This record gives sequence, C-alpha cells and structure tokens, in this order.
Amino acid sequence: MSPPLLEVSGLAKRFGGLQAVAGLSFAMADGEMLGLIGPNGAGKTTVFNLLSGFLTPDAGTVRFRGESVAGLKPHAICRRGLARTFQIVRPFPHLSVLANVRVGALGRHPDAREADARARAVVARVGLDGKRDAPAGSLTLADRKRLELARALATEPTLLLLDEVMAGLSGPETADMVRLVSGINADGVSVLLIEHNMRAVMTLSHRLVVVSFGEKIAEGPPARVANDPRVIEAYLGEDYVHPAPA
Amino acid sequence: MTVPRVAALVVVLALAALPAVLSSYAVTVFIFIFFYAYLGQAWNLVGGYAGQLSAGHAAFVGLGAYTAAMLSMTLGLTPWVGMFVGGALAAALGALIAYLGFRFGLRGFYFVLLTVAFAEIGRIVALNTDAVGGALGLYITFTGNPRQFQFQDNRAYYYVALVMMLAATALVAALERRRFGEYLKAIREDENACEALGVDTFRYKLLAMVLSSFLTGVGGTFYAYYLFSLQPNAVFGIPLSVEIMIRPIVGGAGTALGPVLGSFILSPLGELSRVYLSQGAWSGLHLIVYGVLLIVVVLFFPQGAYPTLLKLGGSMSRSSPKPPHRI
Amino acid sequence: MDLTLVGQGLLSGVLFGGVYSLMAVGLTLIFGVMRVVNFAHGDMMVWGMYLAWMLATRAGIDPYVGFPVCAAVLFTLGWAVQRGLVHRIVDAPHEMQILLMLGVALVLENAALVAFGPDPQRVRSPLTASTLWLGPLFVDVGRLVTFGVALALTGALWVFLGHTDLGRRIRAASDNPYGALVIGTDVGRVYAIAFGIGAACVGAAGALVSPILPFQPAGGLSLSVASFNIVIIGGMGSLLGAFVGGLLVSVAESLGAVFLAPSMKELVSFSLLIVILLLRPAGLFGRRAA
Repeated sequence: MSPPLLEVSGLAKRFGGLQAVAGLSFAMADGEMLGLIGPNGAGKTTVFNLLSGFLTPDAGTVRFRGESVAGLKPHAICRRGLARTFQIVRPFPHLSVLANVRVGALGRHPDAREADARARAVVARVGLDGKRDAPAGSLTLADRKRLELARALATEPTLLLLDEVMAGLSGPETADMVRLVSGINADGVSVLLIEHNMRAVMTLSHRLVVVSFGEKIAEGPPARVANDPRVIEAYLGEDYVHPAPA
Repeated sequence: MTVPRVAALVVVLALAALPAVLSSYAVTVFIFIFFYAYLGQAWNLVGGYAGQLSAGHAAFVGLGAYTAAMLSMTLGLTPWVGMFVGGALAAALGALIAYLGFRFGLRGFYFVLLTVAFAEIGRIVALNTDAVGGALGLYITFTGNPRQFQFQDNRAYYYVALVMMLAATALVAALERRRFGEYLKAIREDENACEALGVDTFRYKLLAMVLSSFLTGVGGTFYAYYLFSLQPNAVFGIPLSVEIMIRPIVGGAGTALGPVLGSFILSPLGELSRVYLSQGAWSGLHLIVYGVLLIVVVLFFPQGAYPTLLKLGGSMSRSSPKPPHRI
Repeated sequence: MDLTLVGQGLLSGVLFGGVYSLMAVGLTLIFGVMRVVNFAHGDMMVWGMYLAWMLATRAGIDPYVGFPVCAAVLFTLGWAVQRGLVHRIVDAPHEMQILLMLGVALVLENAALVAFGPDPQRVRSPLTASTLWLGPLFVDVGRLVTFGVALALTGALWVFLGHTDLGRRIRAASDNPYGALVIGTDVGRVYAIAFGIGAACVGAAGALVSPILPFQPAGGLSLSVASFNIVIIGGMGSLLGAFVGGLLVSVAESLGAVFLAPSMKELVSFSLLIVILLLRPAGLFGRRAA
C-alpha cells in the first residue's frame, strides 16, 4: 500500500474573526481525481491557497509525497510537483499563448529551446495550437481557462489543483474541458478540483470531499455523497443535484 | 542572415564610420546618445523587463563615478579597473535596495519611493562629505592618458560609448531570449501567477536589480572621465534619474531596442532645446518637454515608440488577418 | 544640551506641523479617493507659493489674505489634471499613473523655473516681522497665524467630508466606486473635485508658508517627499493619520535640525521614509496595506 500522495491533517486558517478553514483532514492517492465541493464561501479556495503556499496555515500539516510543505513559498511547492490554477484566471496578457506556457515549462527545462518544444506540445494538448502566437489578453474565457490549465500542466506536476476550471463555460465548452481534464488524469496526473458544476464534478471525480464553513461534512464516492442529507442541506439552492439511483 | 540582422549590421557599421564625417560637436551629441542609451538599457532590465520602476538609478551612477574617481585620485588605481570596483559597489547597493524592497513586499509606488530615498540620501551624504569634495564636488585633472580612461580625441570617447551601448543592448537581447528574460517579462505581468508556476520571483527581481545597478555603476566611470567633474546634485540627483528612465520609457520599456530608439529621439531633442533656448531663463524648457513627452507616451503610446512602430509597420506591410470570431 | 533650544525646536515643529498636516491631508485625499499617488504634489505647492508671491508683489495682497485665491487656482489645476489626464488612465497599471504624475511634476517644476527663475524667493508680510514671547520661547506671529489657518482649513475639510452631501459622496466613491455609481454619484465628477480639493489644500499650504520660508522651483521634490513621508506614516487614505503624521514628522524634522547640522535635515526625512516604508507601508491608521 503506497503512501498517500497528499495528506492534509487538521488544517486550519482564520482571518480576523472568520475561521475560514477549521480542522480539515483528507488524503489523496496517487492517480486519483478528487473533487472538493461545497457551497460558496465554504473555504475551498482558501484550502488551495494553503496547499499551494500562498497562505500559511495557522495549524495542521500538509504532506505532499511524504514531505511537509506547509510554510514553503509557492514556487518551491510548484517545484516539488504541486501546481495550481486560479479561480479568476491570470494569464500574462501581453505575452503570447506560447510564451505564457513557456514560463511554466522553463521550470523543469531551463534551456529556452527545450522549454519552447515542451510548451508547444502542451499547447497542442489543450487544443490551443491555432492561437499559439495570439496575445493571451485577446483570448475568450474558454481559451483562457485552457491556457491557465496548460501553463500549470507545463510545470509537469504530479498533482494539479484546478480551481473552478469550468466556471463561466458554455455546455459544449464544459464538455471539452471535462474531456481534457479526464485525459490529463488518465495520463497520470493526479487532480484535485474545486467545482460548482455538479454534472462535471460528478462525472470526473473518483471521490468527493464536501466542505461547509471550513469543515469537512462528507467524503466518499460521488453517488453516496450526493444523497447525503447533510450535503443536500448545505447546498440548499445549488443548481444541480445527482438524482438518487432507482 | 535574416533581414533584421543585416539591417542591424548596416546600422552598426554606419555608426562606426560616422566620426569620419561629423563635426566635433556632432560627435559629442552622439556620445550622449550612446551613453544615455547605455544607462537606459541598464535601467531597462529592472524597470522595463521586470517592471520594477526605479526613479533613483542616479545613485548607482554617482556611486560608480565617485568610487572610480577616488580610487584613481588617492590610490592611483586605473579607472579601467576602478570601473568594476564602482560597478561592484553599485551592485551591492542595488542588492541592498532590492533585498529590502522585495523582502518587505514593496511594489509600485512604494518601491519607487524607496529608490528615490536612497538616491537622495546618496546625494546628501556626498554633499556633506568633505573627503569626496563636499558641495564643490570632485574635479578630475585632465591628462588625456588612455591608461587613466581619458582620451585626447573626442572620437575615442565616441567609440567607447558606442561599444558600451552595443554591448549592453546585445546582453539584454540575449537575456531576453533565455529563461532570465522570459521570467522577468512574466514577473512584470503578474508576480503571483509566476510564483504558482515555480518562478522564484524574489530571486529574479533581485538579480535584475543587481545586474542593472552593476552596469549603471560602470557607466558612472564613463561619466566621471568624460565630464571630469562630479557634482553631487548632478550625479546623484533626480534629473539624472529622469534622463535615465525616460529613454527606455519613450522608446519602449521591456524591449531591447527601446532605450536605443528613445535615446535617438530624446538626446537630440534635449540638445536642441539646450542650444536654442539655452539662455538662463529657459534652462528648464527641455525638462518641460520631457514631462509633456512622458504624459503623451503614457496616455497614447503606453508601450513606447518601438512597439508602436512595429504595430504600424505590421499593419502597413500586410493586411492583418481578422481575429477569430468571438462568442 | 540647551533645553531652550530643544523647546524652541519643538514649538517650531508643532507650528509648522499645521502646514505639513494640510499638505498631507491633500495628498491622502487624492490617494484615498482615487488610489492615485500625486507625484506632483510638492510642485503644486511651489506654485501655490509663487502665486502668493505674485499676489503680494503685483497686487500688494498679503498671503494671509490672498491664500484663498491660491487655493482656488490650484483647485482648478487639480481638477483639470484629473479630468484631462488622470481620468484617462484610471484603469491602467500603477506604473502608468506614476509616470503620468511624474510627467506632470516635471512640467510644473520646470514651468516655474522658466517663469520665475531658479533663485529662492520670499514674501514679505508684516505678520512675520512681529514676534510673541511665550516664556523663554519666541514665536513669530506669522507662524502662529499659519498654524491657526492650516488647522482651521483642515477642520473645515473634515466637516465638509463628514457632514455635507458632496463630502459624503466623495467618501462613498473612495470606499466603493461601483456602489457610489449605483446610488447615482457621478464618480468622474467626484474624482475631479477630490483632486481639486487636494490641490487646493496644498495651494493654500504653499501660500501660508510663503512668508515663512524661502522657496524655489527645485524645492518641489523635497516637499513631495515630505508629503509622502507623512502620509505613509499616518496611513494612506486616512485623514486623521495625515493630520497626526504631519505634526509628528514636523516635530521630528525640527528636533533633527536642533541636534544635527541643518543640511542633514533632509537626511532625517529620507531615512525616516525608508524605515517607515519597510516597517509599515500601511501607516499608523492606514486601512489598506501596500
């Protein structure tokens, strides 16, 4: 039994009077696709910020590939193989799509030509080949999401944190993104995704962790979690609930 | 060879041949064009590519100039070596400023203020330190001895300045294509996104500043041994910092040719206003022009002359393809 | 150590602090409302001084009477700068704003140089010629009046922002521009007025200082830096902070001049700035961090 890829234990973070994350614990196995869901304001992006080094936890441990990463700077955590995207995408607007992705690739391939070759491969993988030289600022939202994903992918992560990568996408765009993420996972990259699009996250995830007000309220396979009364209660008003099996 | 490379070679050869046909005065104008392009290029690394505005780069000129001059006057050390000592000291100061600024998370306006504060402190210290001449400054005796980085012939300075400008530009162009340059450009766009992609933004910003200040410090020695007089207000002052930064900004910050283009635009402009309106009452006029230029550039050509020309050239030489239809 | 000297320095510092406070209040208003750093602040003040000088020498109007005119002219200038220039780059990256205001500063400073020449000027006012004795310390009446007027203006601004409709709209726009738009505030107009008021503050401050200190075009930068110092110490965007900071910095500089050579006064200023920048860019009362 191999050790978990990611082990979060008792993670906590407070901002002034608000306890954003309270004693959160969960684990991920290598190759897994784990969905992190919960109502708005539940603290999910805060968890991402804590895992990726943009915030320091007040308490708890985060072990990635067996080593503690709490307190490390974001770039160091990325070097170790944990990459993330941002909920509100942050392309480098004046740089081309390819140049954007190259920044990610240069981490593992300091040689400019090699990084360029790797970047081209990733750009093709996410389907942005035709817009390789377009300035990132001119892309549509759907393409920006792909770019965000491509950049993180170019860092050759072991674990990819995707923050609402479907948000704002139309039906067909979402389907494309689901296929893409699924393919990435199939290639061996573990994925932890925050999502509000229930259909997508149910389709993609092997397991779900449900967070509400900074605490874990449920965990397990999508079907079971969707029917958990605590989850339904926390989600009052959310758009899509997986129907119970007959 | 590609067209741009041929063009570049032609330009370089032309510049090398120019002194044969130019008057001594014109040679002087070109010396200033090249020298300020060099200083602007050094600034470009940290202010243009990395996007960390510094309005205090005169501090490095001053430090480099005074160091080389003092070492020569007191220890007889040739400025050819002294320039690197000056550069090293300037780099140390740059490292200090960058370390303090970036460690304490100073960005944008706050970082600008920090650089201004250091430059002004340098100026005040120099003004009040009699050992380096105090308010009167330092006067370097002219010997015309090349071993002391002095030349009889104006044209020798021309070639030194030209080489400096070309070397700095070549360095920046080379760095631009490598990881260092790519990272700096990305840092300028969005530091946090860079961090998430594994870029140690602190380290690269620091490196940019150190390299920038080193080169600027070396330039200080040229300043000292071309002008032969170092006055604290002139060599540490804000007007010099403005002269340094305005060329890359007008020409195109974050591009290798920007500072050069900017200097070719601005130096003649400055010279003209100095010549035709040089009576005491009008001595500030060229700075008014600089101010207006800055405003115009910011409002209408924020990327600077070079990228704007590229765009114009691009849209004139071929009809640009329509962008894909967006939903 | 001569206590009288220290006491004199302290008194001097407090009195001058009124002017510093007024300068800082103007700067912090502009920043607080629009998040624009007015690099031309000191140069605007210099123009306030020269305007007072022109009024005094051409029209025989004492600066203590004529300062509202200076304030009005500077208000127009500030309003025009905001409306014509700053407004166009409200959404641009910060570097662009810095460079724009730097350009404005260059134009203002050198226009003054061209118009008035580089030599220091001073305004004669009968008030500065007379002195009052407070125990062992003396103060010239001019400084006292300057302090009083500066205090009164700051107070008036306080009341304006707190208790008038326009003042509330300015505060609303600074807190939340979109929210202000929603409630029907013409945010562009509010910004322009706020910038105008900020410039007016510094114009008045300049006029009030013109009989006390010599001034010259090149002095704009150190005045700008002094303003930044104060505002950063007191907290960007906080009026109370600007006020308190003005007094603090003025006293510090004044005492510094007592113990150090006068030429080192600026050294104290800049060193203080560095320390404050590193330790607390948000300032003592600042509500937003760097």
